[in-house]
Amino acid sequence: MELQDFFTNYTLRTITLGTALLGGICGMLGSFAVLRKQSLLGDAISHAALPGIALAFLITGVKDSNLLLVGALVSGLIGTFWIKGIVKRTRLKSDTALGLVLSLFFGFGMLLLTFIQKLPNANQAGLDKYLFGQAATLVEKDVWVMAIVTGVSLIVLLLFWKELKLLLFDAEYTKTLGFNTRFLDILITAFIVLAIVLGLQTVGVVLMSAMLLAPAAAARQWTNKLSTMVGLAALFGAFAGVFGTAISASSNNLSTGPVIVLVAAAFVLLSFVFSPGRGLLFREIRFQRNRNTLKEKKTLAFMHQIAQTHEDISHPHAIRILNNFQGFTRRTLKKLEEQGLIQIEGQMWSMTPQGYEEAETMYSPNTPEHE
Amino acid sequence: MSNAQIEIQLIAALVAIACALPGTFLVLRKMAMISDAISHSILPGIVLGFFLTQDLNSPWLILLAALSGVLTVFIVEQIQKTGLVKEDTAIGLVFPAFFSVGVLLIAQHANDVHLDIDAVLLGELAFAPFDRLYWGDMDLGPKSLWVISTILLGTLVLLITFFKELKLSTFDKGLATSLGFSPVLIHYGLMSMSSVTVVGAFDAVGAVLVVALIIAPAAAAYLLTDSLKTMLVLSSIFGVVAAVAGYWVAYALDASIAGSITTVLGLLFFLVYLFAPKRGVISVIYKEKRQSIEVSLLTFLLHLQNHSQEEERHVNHLQEHINWQRVRSKSVLDLALKNNLIQIDNQVVFLTPKGQEFTDEALRYITTNKETAIEELKDRFFLFRG
Repeated sequence: MELQDFFTNYTLRTITLGTALLGGICGMLGSFAVLRKQSLLGDAISHAALPGIALAFLITGVKDSNLLLVGALVSGLIGTFWIKGIVKRTRLKSDTALGLVLSLFFGFGMLLLTFIQKLPNANQAGLDKYLFGQAATLVEKDVWVMAIVTGVSLIVLLLFWKELKLLLFDAEYTKTLGFNTRFLDILITAFIVLAIVLGLQTVGVVLMSAMLLAPAAAARQWTNKLSTMVGLAALFGAFAGVFGTAISASSNNLSTGPVIVLVAAAFVLLSFVFSPGRGLLFREIRFQRNRNTLKEKKTLAFMHQIAQTHEDISHPHAIRILNNFQGFTRRTLKKLEEQGLIQIEGQMWSMTPQGYEEAETMYSPNTPEHE
Repeated sequence: MSNAQIEIQLIAALVAIACALPGTFLVLRKMAMISDAISHSILPGIVLGFFLTQDLNSPWLILLAALSGVLTVFIVEQIQKTGLVKEDTAIGLVFPAFFSVGVLLIAQHANDVHLDIDAVLLGELAFAPFDRLYWGDMDLGPKSLWVISTILLGTLVLLITFFKELKLSTFDKGLATSLGFSPVLIHYGLMSMSSVTVVGAFDAVGAVLVVALIIAPAAAAYLLTDSLKTMLVLSSIFGVVAAVAGYWVAYALDASIAGSITTVLGLLFFLVYLFAPKRGVISVIYKEKRQSIEVSLLTFLLHLQNHSQEEERHVNHLQEHINWQRVRSKSVLDLALKNNLIQIDNQVVFLTPKGQEFTDEALRYITTNKETAIEELKDRFFLFRG
């Protein structure tokens, strides 16, 4: 596969565009799912969509992908509202409700699918691509549908941006301000369901939840600002789509869906480790630095104790007498000296007045601490 | 009934019990979705096991698959510990990644074996009787029957041995820890057990039905009882009923057995969800409605007590004074009349002595904030409840 194939090869171009769009919309809407603590909703909905697909086929008898999408949308929405109903009306918790809807709807869908397979009208071939997803079956029409849905959801997000943001971070307050939280809730949920349903055909039922979560979870690590997060997530999603398609096209037997998911997972991993604010690497470095500072302060405090016993605070002491206290090294002593808190001459140290004062105020709660 | 039919139903019933037992604890521990994650993330374990042994029936497969299930749980916990994302996000990230690895491994290397994803995800109970275990020349029955019986037996032994510990750590983690039980050990014990069960069961019924068999019976049972033991028994019964009934539905429709067992489970749960005596939706809605009327009634009585002018208490003006819909004011008036709390003379409402006493006491309870007493108070004064 060459780079120019992306522009000349019709199939590849379609698939790349489709997966990029899908990644973008999933990232965008997934941000809301993640922040609303509905991460596993995607998993449940993607399974719950199956009976809708089967029923739509049973009722209409044709395999028109838009009709099937409508069926998926309807049953996905029913599943979502049942989940909400179970959580609200019974003592069952959301994880149980999610698992219930997921498995029960999917099982019912399987029943219908196998029932369809037995029908004389053997038009059903290809329905199972919704289970595992086949990006290769994307055609230009599907990409158009995706583009339109992405556009519409973008517009809706922009229109209701303030309200949705408020709803995310303080639902109760939003209510007291007089916004119709129920409407907002249904609005954003409906669009999440829509995104999931769109992705079924491309990456399949199981991998859909990762498509929704991974870009958002990665983006979350880089920023605390909602708009940046949504933008970044859309970007990550789109990139995962493009890279995943490219990698899977470069070799035989690499299904597109799983590769996209793994690329997205790699984004998450990189973000977990390398993001400057929250990442594990920088966090570890920060911890280490804090630990060192703490050690220095402990040494200083210990010196302060010794210096207190002398009238002259800058009376020199042997470094040796610090030995029964473990918190110092050559380097930390050097650091303390650099800060002008102590003076070192050969094997002797002495406190400077500045160091003495610093140690005095260190544990006093009333002095403002410098970070 | 043919032999094969009996065998299929037996396997299905045993799988149902083996799933319902750990399922009860998963539902109570709010970890139901872990079963979904495990059921998908065992895939790479199975594939790797197959590569190593080149034998789809090797016990190594079960072991490796269970191991990758436990590994998922472990990774989810590690991610969660970093505090970068919430637990459910961690679950949602890990298992699709595992599953993807499994799918790619299969596509790369195992295309020619019968290990295809459809079979793993969906399972086919109907084929179970064909894969039989022989000892010499003797037919010992279907292999999956042996596998699932062993797993069920193991589950039962563990469950009975560690019942106390499991119970305590499920309902009061803090107390369990302070009594010296290791919640981590029990947690991973339960997770390993669930993984093994999922692996043993999915071969017969597929990944998704395993999840249904784990969660749905336990969820239904939880709406019916408060006792752990009853819940374990009830969920096993639900599982078995669905397994057997589901088989016959599949037989009648000539459709997937796993799918119809799940569908029957779904119906069972739905019925319990609607009609469970205390916790079903209907009874909850009824209770909510009654409570809202009772609150309205109390508001109404307090209003009567606070206003001595006749016009404030005129039946026809009540609506505008307390701002209620017509229907609501009527049902509240009826309730108060029926219980002899008010009296209506010439369309003007008065509190009866009984109503006066009730209002006073209620007011006292409200101002001193003893909520528990209000139920008892209502029992004393009410003959009819709205």
